[in-house]
Order: sequence, then C-alpha cells, then structure tokens
Amino acid sequence: MRRLASMLLLCLAFAAAGCQREERQTRPQPSLGDSEQGVPVTTLAPGGGSPLLSDAKAAEFEANAFQLSEGKRLFSWYNCSGCHANGGGGMGPALMDDKWIYGDSIEAIHASIRDGRPNGMPSFRNHIPDDQIWELAAFVRSLSGKVPSAAAPNRNDDMMPHPAENRLPGAATEGKSP
Amino acid sequence: MRRGLGWIAALSGSILAGCNGVQSALDPKGPAADELANLIWLFTVLCAVIWVLVMAVLVTIMLRRRQRRIHPLHVDQASERTVSRVVISAVAATGIVLVALTLLSFFANRTLAGVGEDAVLTIRLTGQQWWWEVKYENAEPSKILTTANEIHIPAGEQVRLVLQSDDVIHSFWVPSLHGKLDLIPGVVNSLTLKADKPGVYRGQCAEFCGLQHAHMAMLVIAQPRADFDAWYADQLRDAAQPLTEEQSTGRDLFLDRPCVMCHRIQGTTAGGTTGPDLTHVASRRTLAAGTLQMSRGSLAAWIADPQSIKWGAKMPVMNLTGDELNAIVAYLENLK
Repeated sequence: MRRLASMLLLCLAFAAAGCQREERQTRPQPSLGDSEQGVPVTTLAPGGGSPLLSDAKAAEFEANAFQLSEGKRLFSWYNCSGCHANGGGGMGPALMDDKWIYGDSIEAIHASIRDGRPNGMPSFRNHIPDDQIWELAAFVRSLSGKVPSAAAPNRNDDMMPHPAENRLPGAATEGKSP
Repeated sequence: MRRGLGWIAALSGSILAGCNGVQSALDPKGPAADELANLIWLFTVLCAVIWVLVMAVLVTIMLRRRQRRIHPLHVDQASERTVSRVVISAVAATGIVLVALTLLSFFANRTLAGVGEDAVLTIRLTGQQWWWEVKYENAEPSKILTTANEIHIPAGEQVRLVLQSDDVIHSFWVPSLHGKLDLIPGVVNSLTLKADKPGVYRGQCAEFCGLQHAHMAMLVIAQPRADFDAWYADQLRDAAQPLTEEQSTGRDLFLDRPCVMCHRIQGTTAGGTTGPDLTHVASRRTLAAGTLQMSRGSLAAWIADPQSIKWGAKMPVMNLTGDELNAIVAYLENLK
C-alpha cells in the first residue's frame, strides 16, 4: 500500500515537472521608463573588433522561443523583407549568411535596427518599441542558425524560401558543447 | 413540492431570458437564422417527445408486476408475436424519424446555400488574431472601404460575405442572422447575410483561435438604405483634421511613434495595414473587437497598456509620457 502510494507520488512529481514551461512575456518592459541599452562611447576595444556593452535583455531574448517567433512575425509585419528579402538580401545585405558587418551579437543587431547604419539602414528608434527591436534582433540571429533548434521558429504554413530556422545546420549544435 | 416547482420556473425563466436580444439563435432576425431556428425547435421538440415516450414505456415495464414464473423454454406464441410486432414497428418509426430529420436539415441547408443569388454588396471579412478586418469591395477603387470589427449592412437587402483568414482558423457567428461559418487560411468561404429589420446584432468568433478568442467580437449593424449610404459616404472621407493644438500634437506623435507601423489613417502618411484601420475609429461603437465601449477613457486605457486589457494582443506597450498619451487620445477621439 505504502509502496503504491509512493509510486503514485513519484509519477505525479514527474507529471508535474511537465507543467514548467517557458514564460511568455507580452509586456516585458515597464509601462513607463526606458530600458534601452547603453551606447559605446569609444570605438576602441582590446584585440580589435568593435566594443559592445552587453545588455540584460540580450540573455533574456536570445534563446526564448516566444520572443523569437514574435520577431519572425514582426520581420514580415514591418516589411524588413523590403530590403532584406526574407533574409536573402537585396537592397540591403543578406542576413542568412555568416558575414556580419557589425558583429553577430544580438546587441550589435539591436543597435543596427535602433540607430540605423550607413548606406541605407534607417533608424527605427521611435517607430519600433525597444522590446520588439530585441525580438527582431533575436530572430535575425536565427536566420543564420545562431539560435538553438529548440527555440528557433518552426517552418511557415506557406512556402518558405529557405529551410525553417530550427532546421538550419548551425541550429542543431548551437548552445551545446562539442 | 410547490416551492421546488417555483424554483424551477424561476430558473428556467432566467435561462430563457438569454434567448432573445442582440446575440441569440432563438431570436432570429433574418431568413437564414429563421431557417435554423425552425430546425432547432423542431429537433428539440421532436426529440423531447420521443425521449418522454421511450422513458414512459421503460418505466411502465419496470413497474409492471412480474407475472407468474414461466418455464424458460416455454414459448408463448401469442406474446412472441406481439413482441416482434412492437420491435419491428419501433425500428421502422426510428428509421422514418431519422430520415425525415435528415431530409429537413438537408433542405434547410439547401435554402441557406441558395439564399443570396442577387447580393447588393460584397464584404470581405478577414479574421486576424484577435479582430476582424472588414473590407467593402467595389469595382471603383476609390470606393473600396476598409474598417474593422463593425459590419454595416442595409436592412432588408442581401449582402454577400467573403470569409478568409490571415493566421489561424476563426469562425464567423452572428446567431441572430446566420449560422457559423469558418474563416480558414488559404480557403475562401462565403455566405449571405440579410437582416429583416434595422438593428444591432452581436457576433463572436466561434472557433478557438488563441489567447484572446473570447475577446474577438463584432457588431453587425443593419440600417435603413439611406442611413447606410450616408454612413458609407462618410467612411470614405479622409480622416478629420485636428481641430485643437493638442489634437495636432497628437497627430504628429501618432506619425512619429510606433502607431504608424501598423495602423492606417487615410489622409495622413500612416499606412500600416497589419492593425485595424483607424481612419474613423471614434465612429465605431467598440474598441479592441468588442472588448471596450468606445470612449476617451477606453482609448487612453487601451493605448497606455493593451496587454493588461487583452493579454497577448499584438499591440505592444509603448513608452509614452502622460502628455503624449493625452495628445494621441485627443487626436483619435476626433476621428469620427
């Protein structure tokens, strides 16, 4: 009897573990106040490269499936494809290759969207809420397989010009030690 | 006993009170809904009568005193014959009732499909998470009208509704006017709506479509022809110009802030199409697909924090100061 009860309890504990799921933050930023990341004040950094300030938001958004899928939705809502053609590039550079003009960190991509870049990338500082810029930046990283396949967006319902973000070669090993 | 009956009467009275009003299949206000209401009543009454009969027979048999104990192998020819006659006629009656009901529902369906051969108007309804985009089609491009969550139709005339979806499956259901029909991505469905009399009929998404499925309502407003034409002409106009300084500040803010990325206001540079068209937003009766009554307070509450009113809605929280919020609300409130 006691054994049965403990077995049941154990089963319940295992089942309860399934209740834990990723949290969906639809209102991540406070209604008032600014949560923008800092801006580097120098172009000098040890060992070359460009200096970047890490941001608490980066870790929060980088591998969060919900934020990534929101980023994917916004990528088409805000017509990023107008210049970056589903990540393939056009008027703007391709986003699905492994060439990164300003680095492949989420902070760098966030800065590109927020502040714009020379040669055509406009600034969306006032036009896209900061958290949505983080979501877009996280999604842009997934276009070249820089996001673990467990979190990266799935395939579309309609035809896609490239494999789904979670099927990209890099996604399978991302975040795992070799 | 008497008190119990009183309670039952009071309870059924209050339940039946829900059967009429702006959203009820039992209070039909159009030919399609009439057809369906007749079916509902017929099925309910017929099935209730049959159920009562079956139960009565069952109870009678159970109460009947057991007759003398007969030998298990003894066969009484006369009673055997009665039993088989009863069983055969009961099976035949069941068959007849089922076939009759099937035929009735078939003909009702055919009538529904046949209604609307000569529609005066075609409206394209697109389901979105979690609101309805309403587009009045017209051969003349300048007379195409886009609005949201409110379908105005001329009363007494047939209107063709073309149903489609951009994201997931939704379902169009205005119980007082028509049965349900799904809006399916990649498929175009159509139905014909006709309201016999002017009035406001509430509709609701009837297919679970995500977090805010419950807050995805719409109003069908049937108006006399003249009123409808006036409304239509009014909606085709550009958005109202700001009248006060606060309103023009609000317009500038609207065009400078994230609002402009998703919403369209005809007559300004705001041209986003992923959110509801706001050209005449203040002329609508509700906000956020029937979630709030339209008022200055609702507008302010909705813009300040949509996520606390409709969690998961695609409208984000924006960083606006109190003054900015007030200015934007003042501008939108003027868009009648």
